[in-house]
Amino acid sequence: MSVIELKQVSRWYGNVVAVNDVTMTIGPGVTGLLGPNGAGKSTLLHLMAGFLATSGGTATLDGKQIWRNHEIYRTIGLVPEREGVYGFLTGWQFVRSAARLHGLQDDAAERALELVEMTAAKDRRIETYSKGMRQRVKVAGALVHEPQVLLLDEPFNGMDPRQRLHLMDLVRKLGAAGRTILFSSHILEEVERVAQQIEVLVAGRHAASGDYREIRRRMTDRPHLFRVRSSDDRRLAAALIADASSGGVSLTAQGLEVRTEDFRRFTRLLPRLARDLNVHLWQVSPTDEDLESVFSYLSGRS
Amino acid sequence: MNSVVASITYRAMLGRKRIWLLAALPLALIAIAVLLRLIGGGDENTAVRLMEKFAIGTILPLLGLIAGTGVISPEIEDGTIIHLLSKPIPRPSIALTKFAVAASLIVAFSAVPTFLAAYLLIGTEAGVAAGFAFGALFAGIAYAAVFLLVGVLTKHAVVVGVIYALVWEGAIGGYVPGARKLSIQQWGQTLADQVSSSPFLKADVALSFAAPAIVIVTVVAVLWAGQRLRGLSLTGDE
Repeated sequence: MSVIELKQVSRWYGNVVAVNDVTMTIGPGVTGLLGPNGAGKSTLLHLMAGFLATSGGTATLDGKQIWRNHEIYRTIGLVPEREGVYGFLTGWQFVRSAARLHGLQDDAAERALELVEMTAAKDRRIETYSKGMRQRVKVAGALVHEPQVLLLDEPFNGMDPRQRLHLMDLVRKLGAAGRTILFSSHILEEVERVAQQIEVLVAGRHAASGDYREIRRRMTDRPHLFRVRSSDDRRLAAALIADASSGGVSLTAQGLEVRTEDFRRFTRLLPRLARDLNVHLWQVSPTDEDLESVFSYLSGRS
Repeated sequence: MNSVVASITYRAMLGRKRIWLLAALPLALIAIAVLLRLIGGGDENTAVRLMEKFAIGTILPLLGLIAGTGVISPEIEDGTIIHLLSKPIPRPSIALTKFAVAASLIVAFSAVPTFLAAYLLIGTEAGVAAGFAFGALFAGIAYAAVFLLVGVLTKHAVVVGVIYALVWEGAIGGYVPGARKLSIQQWGQTLADQVSSSPFLKADVALSFAAPAIVIVTVVAVLWAGQRLRGLSLTGDE
């Protein structure tokens, strides 16, 4: 059982603050680090992995300082986001070199390759691999020494759905076995499928923390803006405004714009109303569903 | 020293077409020596000039630059170095291994061809071949250490290296006598002069300065590179 602890950690580059006063404890189980691109997720992971010094605060692994301490890598396995793998090595040579650098034998490398289902392709050079295969080989390299802590930076990026499911399954299993696992992602669905604990990072600040139900509720319980086009916009508008879930309805040339205070209620109300009024819905689209607006709402509240 | 680090580094440096980057210049040196020999220009003075200007003055610093920065800069640039650094190995030991690989490559691709070229021209006459090979050997090792350090210190290692090798050692060293004292290739010539008895070779820097300077520069550069590697920051793509 290993624990990574950040206490009031900040990191700035010149005048730019990448991580701002973050305090969090990552314990056994799977933790998802969620945030939009540029929120400082990679910076935070690098601080935890010993590839970046804190500008303020402390980062420790089981009470020991992480920065400038190569001994932590007996406990930590790291899967970086960049495709930093030696293309001229075969998958087998790469993972075996990781094992040897840990002072382990070939069987450790074989086990790790089996774990990520890369045994069949292990004798091909890495440069011939797809992005997902490279990702899996990197995971195998990080798992050879069966580390107590596994840090993964955007691990599901570039994987096809089958590979993604397989890696998610692997991460879940390792977490269930008591390993401390942290992975970063900018996709909520990805995080809530794998992680029990979610830490949200927005603009370098620790915006929210909790289990996925809590985060999901916070993300959906906010005013949403929808654009609706139908066979009779005016009738639909009249019926919508009568309901408490609508904060405002306006008729525009492109259709209706509906602001709703209660997402769940609205999404049930709209199809029912359309059916009762015999109005055909041509288009229902959220206009502020992009992650940035979700995150900025979330960080504004906490 | 770590054999896994060494073997990956050798493969990165010598794999496929990369080897030609190292082999092209020494092959040119030997070709020139053969040509001079064929047209009958193989006298001692010519040999010493060729060694001074081309072998020690051009090939050695360029190969030092290619090998010294090449063993580490590209890996830092593309992030592959994480594979080596995220292991429970003291980072100074990784730096030492990288240095050893660079130094061995410079010896193979510079000191050895230097000897061959001079030998092809004038045989063992006046110890010119042995002398310049001796000088290239130690100066090459010092170059490996210095350019490894430059590769760890800055992303613009090649630019810095070219400025040092060509502008400082090549141009300024040619006009400002004092600058010559702080030039690895001048130290190499001093060492060559110790072995060779040729009257055409006159070193500017005293052995009492050059020999300790080579040792100190090499040791300090490797230690410094190791310490810098301990504190290497990777900023990622953000």
